[in-house]
Amino acid sequence: MTDTDVVLEVRDLAKSYPVRRGVVFKREVGTVRAVDGVSLTLRRGKTLGLVGESGSGKSTLAKLLVGVEKPTRGQILVDGVDVSELGRADRRRLRSTLQMVFQDPYTSLNPRMSVGEIVGEAYAIHPDVTPPGGRDKAVRELLDRVGLNPDHVNRYPHQFSGGQRQRIGIARALAVRPRILICDEPVSALDVSIQGQVVNLLEELQDDLGLSYLFIAHDLSVVRHIADEVAVMYLGRIVEAGGDAEVYDRTSHPYTRALMSAVPVPDPTRREDRAIVLEGDMPSPSDPPSGCHFHTRCWLAPTVADPSSGETRPDGARIPSVCRHDSPKLAPQESPDHLAACHFALDAPRR
Amino acid sequence: MSDPSVSALIAEETEGGAPQRSFWSDAFRTLRRRPTVIAAAVIALFFLFMATFPWVFTDKDPQRCDIADSRIPPQWFGGEHPFGTNVHGCDVLAELVYGSRPSLLLAFLVVGASVLIGIVLGTLSGYYLGIVDAVISRTVEVFLVVPLLLAALLLLSLFRTVDLGDGLLATIIQPAIVLTMFGWMGYTRYVRASVLETKNLDYVTAARVLGASDARIMFRHVLPNAIGTVTALVPTAIAAVIGTEAVLAFLGIGVRPPAVSWGIMITEGSEWFTGGSQYLLLFPLGCLLATVLAFVVLGDNLRDALDPKLR
Repeated sequence: MTDTDVVLEVRDLAKSYPVRRGVVFKREVGTVRAVDGVSLTLRRGKTLGLVGESGSGKSTLAKLLVGVEKPTRGQILVDGVDVSELGRADRRRLRSTLQMVFQDPYTSLNPRMSVGEIVGEAYAIHPDVTPPGGRDKAVRELLDRVGLNPDHVNRYPHQFSGGQRQRIGIARALAVRPRILICDEPVSALDVSIQGQVVNLLEELQDDLGLSYLFIAHDLSVVRHIADEVAVMYLGRIVEAGGDAEVYDRTSHPYTRALMSAVPVPDPTRREDRAIVLEGDMPSPSDPPSGCHFHTRCWLAPTVADPSSGETRPDGARIPSVCRHDSPKLAPQESPDHLAACHFALDAPRR
Repeated sequence: MSDPSVSALIAEETEGGAPQRSFWSDAFRTLRRRPTVIAAAVIALFFLFMATFPWVFTDKDPQRCDIADSRIPPQWFGGEHPFGTNVHGCDVLAELVYGSRPSLLLAFLVVGASVLIGIVLGTLSGYYLGIVDAVISRTVEVFLVVPLLLAALLLLSLFRTVDLGDGLLATIIQPAIVLTMFGWMGYTRYVRASVLETKNLDYVTAARVLGASDARIMFRHVLPNAIGTVTALVPTAIAAVIGTEAVLAFLGIGVRPPAVSWGIMITEGSEWFTGGSQYLLLFPLGCLLATVLAFVVLGDNLRDALDPKLR
């Protein structure tokens, strides 16, 4: 894509962790593929929602993007420049392009530092980004910006509520005036009433500052509210991606459909619609299933299987042989920007 | 904020928040309410004051002894020798007062140096892991398997002929070095464990995402949060060193005469315990027990007060 609007592009990104056994001589007995060939595109001023169960590799992807972990394969391009080729000074500058908002507001703030120190730390690390008015003034403005009382700069994190702490975390990320914000489940740990406030704050900041968000969540309704585009992850891979209308209304992947049916619907008369229940847990990423990673839990595969197919999975259901042996590629669906990785994707919406 | 009702709500919530309180002031509050802590603190401070300003408590010189005054029993506050004299005719009160100096100074030196070493090595080993951790952790294990008393006996008797002079520091420097050599491992392990726990917290990752240097992360983020558990060990460790000093003096390899320490007084006094002068043993032993007990109680309570799970 040569689009100049693309601020962040990820190409075939992978991260695997070796599994070692033994005390003295550590043998490598396998690898955990936390992220396994992920490609994403984030456009200026837009929000890309990344959805998946726990353990699907969402948080690892976030850590790769902010440079806390090194990828084993693949590229991260910020404004078209490959991050891994940057020198020390440029990498430092990258810190002020890409920032992160954390999930747990109780562990993401240093309990021994005052709010002023937490938010102002960015200016101590990067003296060059300190605004002309000085550090204290900048911190007060940031607190005001995120809806906190600027007079509370000397208070400590434990004196704030969860929602307020999350606002402090957002202020800290905004201090270096980033253009891209990686939000790793920023509202999952908050009460529902507070979630709305924080999501609204994020949307407001996006409009005012032209930020681009990679919004990681497992709550589909929050993602639908904030995201322009959605990507669904399963076992380290993207299984479906596209505009939010496409993914939500013309769902092509059986996994996405199952996730959607798990969203609580505040309407008792529609209780019967919640038909899809996935059995079991997500398989271990150290030993992923062959072929399509999802075939062990797929509700669609048994319904499309040829009765004469000899392939059965552990629960006894017959599945198409292609699901077991071929890994499906992300393929365009009805619209070219809507991608899904399923051999029988087109069948899904009709069911 | 564009939504006035929301900002009003937030403002209200913060206004009604808890009063300003830090981790340490919380712990201090908890401690202040316990009578045993107050008693222990008074005793510990009393002996510390005595060691710092010995001339307030006695006008005699413990080294100026008159053999003619040998073994005068305690005359209490009426006589010239309130706590009596020892076999050489030295004033027991003066000895007790001046004898607290090497004991306490040694304890603070050893614990201070051990904690410092422990913090530095524990932080490095927990933060960098890998080869640094392997070297430090194995060294810790090597020192841990050597029994303290055996090592102290060996090293101190090897160097017992080395004369370093008469100063207060010179009399305790040898035991101080040996006790530090075999005292730093516990702190290293404690610090390493808390650093391991702390360094994976989100605020450390946040600092890394901001581009903070390793030194900044260690000193601003990891150490202040990892050090709490170690401070609780300090009073107990001070008590242990005071006790060990007495043992070494008793074995004749710690602080040596003519310098005076409680351990030396206990050694000398024990010879006359059955000879009718029990006070020569009981006075220094009482001081030693009171000090050790005070520091142990302080350490125990400090640990409780700093433990967030007991709050």
